[in-house]
Amino acid sequence: MSLLEFDDVSVTYRSGGADVPAVRGVSLTIEAGQSIGIAGESGCGKTTLTGTVLRLLPKSTKVTGRVLLDGEDVLTMSWGKVRAVRWAQAAVVFQGAMHALNPVQRVGDQIAEPITLHSPKTSEKAAQQRVGELLEQVGLPASRAASYPHQLSGGQKQRVMIAMALACSPKLLIADEPTTALDVMVQAQVLDLLAGLVRDLGLGMVFISHDLSVLASSCDRVAVMYAGEIVEERPAAALFDHPRHPYTAALAGAFPKVGDPRFRYSPAGLPGDPPFPGELPSGCPFHPRCAVAIDRCSSEVPPLQVVDDGRVACLRSGEHLELLGGGAA
Amino acid sequence: MTERTPVLEARNLQVTFTGRGSRGVARAVDGVQLALHRGEIVALVGESGCGKTTLARTLLGLERPSAGEVLVDGQPLSYSSRDLTAYRKRVQLVLQDPTGALNPRHSVYEAVAEGLRIHGSEVDEGVAVADALSRAGLRPPERFFLRYPHELSGGQRQRVVIAGALVLNPDVIVADEPVSSLDASVRGEILALLLRLREELGLSLLVVTHDLGLAWNIADRVAVMYLGRIVEEGPTEEILRSPRHPYTRALLSVVPEMEGMDEVVLTGEPPDSTRIPSGCRFHPRCPVVVSGEAERLGIVEACRGTALPVLEVSAGHHVACHLPPDSN
Repeated sequence: MSLLEFDDVSVTYRSGGADVPAVRGVSLTIEAGQSIGIAGESGCGKTTLTGTVLRLLPKSTKVTGRVLLDGEDVLTMSWGKVRAVRWAQAAVVFQGAMHALNPVQRVGDQIAEPITLHSPKTSEKAAQQRVGELLEQVGLPASRAASYPHQLSGGQKQRVMIAMALACSPKLLIADEPTTALDVMVQAQVLDLLAGLVRDLGLGMVFISHDLSVLASSCDRVAVMYAGEIVEERPAAALFDHPRHPYTAALAGAFPKVGDPRFRYSPAGLPGDPPFPGELPSGCPFHPRCAVAIDRCSSEVPPLQVVDDGRVACLRSGEHLELLGGGAA
Repeated sequence: MTERTPVLEARNLQVTFTGRGSRGVARAVDGVQLALHRGEIVALVGESGCGKTTLARTLLGLERPSAGEVLVDGQPLSYSSRDLTAYRKRVQLVLQDPTGALNPRHSVYEAVAEGLRIHGSEVDEGVAVADALSRAGLRPPERFFLRYPHELSGGQRQRVVIAGALVLNPDVIVADEPVSSLDASVRGEILALLLRLREELGLSLLVVTHDLGLAWNIADRVAVMYLGRIVEEGPTEEILRSPRHPYTRALLSVVPEMEGMDEVVLTGEPPDSTRIPSGCRFHPRCPVVVSGEAERLGIVEACRGTALPVLEVSAGHHVACHLPPDSN
């Protein structure tokens, strides 16, 4: 049994009287001790997809398919059960740690909150001791529990957020852009910390980012989403170095390899914007921006096909995309 | 290159802030020499709190230096309000977050025209705004005039901010993390735009960033700043392919897409600038000192006790470090 399984999950928002499909038929599994990255531009559906796991989406949202957490479908759980699952089985490290903490409460008390909520009988002393352990686990001295958020740096606040997520010993950690606002060095520290947690505690981790280079260096596998669908899902290094979908190639190419003359004075981008989910183009949703699109791409929807090391949805994935010059290969 | 007068230059610049109570004096910029020539792109690289934004603000005339001076075309910057207004027409600022930089109730046209109105420019406003928008890659410009920021994508908003800077025909643009809040796909587009502006208009650009990939993409020279000082400076190829300062090497090693380099993750964060360490300011975190390598080389006393001189401004590769130049 997988730790987490998305089985043909679709999410539709109601917006201005119209249905907006934000996630369209995503299937993906995560095992314990494995980290999987989800990449894509703003609005591709990556945060919405993971929002289904803890039922964090607005009430009016329609979710179909199954989201199996330890074999149990989260979508059909009673609210009481969902509340028990939150923090204890799966926890989220939210984007923008800087603003997610309460500025007028000591960080130790904030970390203790999920503990006392889930086990109301925990004595204050036991809770404090657990907070101390958690802080040390994320590389902060236990004495930091007495600090207020403004007394901490950005990297320290992100560590506090991770400690809070670990408070009830979840098996699954969902990290939504956990390093986006951080400096390179602090980012490296936080990535090392997360990798250590996956390794030492056997956690499963879902790591959401628009930065493919970060995912490639810190995840086992990466799924790339475009317009609500997975377009490529393969082992992280292979996907980054030898992308098989032109969209992955463009994302990978956007991060220059320092020292590689091909990137000198030639920053690579991807022209155009992703389609609005309510007005998807015909055929492959990526074809209007694709550098290697052929006529068929505007009429045929490419299926997500199984390849030797994963899945790819491109009519031309059999040929190859060296012509794009993407990737860091 | 060094013979020409730089369009913008920091000479022995120091900026201090006095804290409340016993916090002491923060030396945010602690002796910096930096030159930006016409048509040149310089990347100023460093971690949060290293003083790079304070340095940029001082070069823009937004902070007064406590010592040293800012030279514009070789002349000291004058801080009279009339001269500053004229100066700010020539040197424009582009900020990190275009969503925060734009007034949500101003249309694109108003956002771009604002600079012209402030400076009482006598050019034909409509023509100037259209021209700036199309130079920033928003074409046809008339289609964007009446749009509001919320109707634009992140990349388009950043282009509007850049158009607002271009409308006054500046000589220099100082950009503070111009792409860090943008999607990966948009990032390359904006960087390509900055390169094209240099090409077409001969603009000089000072880009403040912690993104070494950005420096590799567009910068002619790189200056690496640590705790108020530039610790290594020189042509991009040299700094990023054969870095000599242990701090630059560590920064490079943690770039995720960097291969063939052992990752050196420094512990902790830079100390704050009220307590700059003695000797080399980097020594408490320096991997060469921490590993005992400096002791074997017999330089550890110098690292701990001997201050390093401020780097000179000239062509070539400069480094402020006690390591002998041939060591690796």
